[in-house]
Amino acid sequence: MSELATEPLLKVSGLARYFDVSRPWLARMIERLPRQTLKAVDGIDFEIAKGETFSLVGESGCGKSTVARLVVSLYAATKGTILFDGVDLSKLHTRTDIAPVRRRMQMIFQDPYASLNPRWRVADIVAEPLRAFGLEADDAARRKRVDELLRQVGLSPADADKYPHEFSGGQRQRISIARALSSNPEFLVCDEPTSALDVSVQSQILNLMKDLQKRLGLTYLFISHNLAVVYHVSDRIGVMYLGRLCEVADAHDLFAKPQHPYTRLLLDTIPDLEMTGRERVPVAGEVPNPINPPTGCAFHPRCPFAEDRCRQEAPVLRQTESGLAACHAVEEGRIPATEAVTPPQLP
Amino acid sequence: MALLEVRNLRVEFPTRRGVLVAVDDISLEISEGEVLGVVGESGAGKSMTGSAIIGLLEPPGRIAGGEIRLEGERIDNLPYEKMRRIRGAKIGAIFQDPLTSLNPLYTIGRQLVETITTHTDLSEADARAHAIDLLSEVGIPAAERRFDSYPHEFSGGMRQRVVIALALCVNPRLIVADEPTTALDVSIQAQIIALLKRLCRDHGTAVMLITHDMGVIAETADRVAVMYAGRIAEVGTVRDVVKHAKHPYTEGLMGSIPLVGHDVERLTQIEGAMPRLTEIPTGCAFNPRCPKAFDRCRTERPDLLQTDGATQAACWLYDRETAYV
Ligand SMILES: Nc1ncnc2c1ncn2[C@@H]1O[C@H](COP(=O)(O)OP(=O)(O)O)[C@@H](O)[C@H]1O
Ligand SMILES: Nc1ncnc2c1ncn2[C@@H]1O[C@H](COP(=O)(O)OP(=O)(O)O)[C@@H](O)[C@H]1O
Ligand code: SF4
Ligand code: SF4
Ligand SMILES: [Mg+2]
Ligand SMILES: [Mg+2]
Repeated sequence: MSELATEPLLKVSGLARYFDVSRPWLARMIERLPRQTLKAVDGIDFEIAKGETFSLVGESGCGKSTVARLVVSLYAATKGTILFDGVDLSKLHTRTDIAPVRRRMQMIFQDPYASLNPRWRVADIVAEPLRAFGLEADDAARRKRVDELLRQVGLSPADADKYPHEFSGGQRQRISIARALSSNPEFLVCDEPTSALDVSVQSQILNLMKDLQKRLGLTYLFISHNLAVVYHVSDRIGVMYLGRLCEVADAHDLFAKPQHPYTRLLLDTIPDLEMTGRERVPVAGEVPNPINPPTGCAFHPRCPFAEDRCRQEAPVLRQTESGLAACHAVEEGRIPATEAVTPPQLP
Repeated sequence: MALLEVRNLRVEFPTRRGVLVAVDDISLEISEGEVLGVVGESGAGKSMTGSAIIGLLEPPGRIAGGEIRLEGERIDNLPYEKMRRIRGAKIGAIFQDPLTSLNPLYTIGRQLVETITTHTDLSEADARAHAIDLLSEVGIPAAERRFDSYPHEFSGGMRQRVVIALALCVNPRLIVADEPTTALDVSIQAQIIALLKRLCRDHGTAVMLITHDMGVIAETADRVAVMYAGRIAEVGTVRDVVKHAKHPYTEGLMGSIPLVGHDVERLTQIEGAMPRLTEIPTGCAFNPRCPKAFDRCRTERPDLLQTDGATQAACWLYDRETAYV
């Protein structure tokens, strides 16, 4: 990083969110059960520079959506801070304080069916943030803005008078994107935006998101469990496992020189669409119950490099040759270098 | 003779507004021990094809034409009881949701033993031993102890392993697996695919593997049929279809998949979406989205033709009479 590096647009430090998943009070008293806490996100740090796409990847339940919801203030943090353009979001309490910041960050959700109100016309859905933030007060200006947004996402102004059920999944995701863009945000949190779509529709949406990023200078926090999608869209990537970050690196480095054993496991699950005939040995085991995570490094029951220290002491992110990794074996230099994922031969 | 032969299969849904054709004149074959992938986007008719083969089409869906033969014998027109016995003994089924195949009220051991004793001559004790062997073979740790557990006591990945054991327990000739890994996490998905591949190879079982995921097909199948709007667009060996697709739809589909290590600014984009059953265009169903469409495509419907590569494609580009005119 150069010394002139500007402040990151988003800076997350020690962020955690715990959920109380205890049985109801009475049942607990009768059965003498303790309170139970699920640490969905347990102390993570990352930064996102302006104009960058930073992705979080990991298997379901590792806490990706919880991070997304924390960042856009849909959840309150249990611990830690979120700085957006230098402003500590937890210090904003009144609506008048929050609104100018919230206008600048919007979210796109995975399910384009559940996230659009079925009884509203597209025009009202797309204009909703305009109303919420008191932008474009007069009807004509608002309608003009809606038309422009629909065109921008590849729909037509004529679609404004229709209802969500008249659209396919991909078109609905375009409507969500138009809605997210209406308040002119700089920062979009995209939680699995293409996971519910067919691949040919996914490519349309990913292309659209890249176009918009270039045209509007957007910054993305992108979330997906699909490694190839993440490789395609990201500048930098964070790999999550059971509520923590285990590795953070530039997209190319992460795939070429994965450090953390869990990252290596994930990369090994990428299907061989190049038909290289690579034999894979899938790693055994499953993600443990997050209510009783393993001690020390949560990955140790599945890790081929686990030693005593791993069972006792939780590793923290440390600098490696290609980024940051939270792993004792990496720190101790006990892990042999991996071969890069073979780059495909272009036809 | 192929193990499974499907000829000109047509599946219809009568509705108030007319008859919808979900599967339109499909023919395919699966040989002994072969894994045939069936891939396509949602609504392409994959599941309807699979359900027709295992005799589990839900009414009002019905087979309206063609025939299905297993080991030479027709199975598409059998009375329910007879088909149920064939399904038990010769065709296994695996679905996306393992709970479709498991009864929540019985232990997994009981379900396995019952299936085995119904369809084979094994005694109860032998069936139990066989079931325990199978459970360890599919990777259930401490199989003997887990034998008396109920489906809800297993994780999603473990349940799908139990379903694979259940599908294989009477040594069927064919397994129809409809999106067997779609609901699972990537690391579990890789385990289940490897397992299914190994077991079917060891047991000599043929598989019809239905999925929307080209990655799963590339890892598992010998041959693949690509479906579009109720028809087969292209069929060939996996390598030929994945690396040297000839049908414009398959070509677009392959280009739209992001690949690790493949640095492109934009992915190939097929404009538009697959038509609903009520709006299938005349001629080639892909013509409104096809960059290579020409006049004939808008009026006449192509059947599978030998391409200039190794695959067969339903595309007029490969008709010697009209191509390149
Ligand atoms: N509102 C909630 N109440 C209780 N537990 C939750 C809640 N939201 C998420 N969790 C739990 O937190 C963990 C992380 O969930 P999530 O952030 O949705 O993961 P991901 O998006 O990576 O799949 C999971 O174990 C999930 O069950
Ligand atoms: N009960 C039904 N009535 C009318 N159409 C149906 C019914 N069930 C499925 N279809 C239609 O049949 C087509 C093929 O469905 P299906 O075989 O499930 O597709 P796939 O498995 O490829 O996603 C779809 O367009 C679907 O909408
Ligand atoms: S800290 Fe230990 S258990 Fe955790 S990933 Fe590293 S080597 Fe494996
Ligand atoms: S038949 Fe015509 S429209 Fe159909 S795929 Fe071939 S070229 Fe395209
Ligand atoms: Mg999620
Ligand atoms: Mg289906």
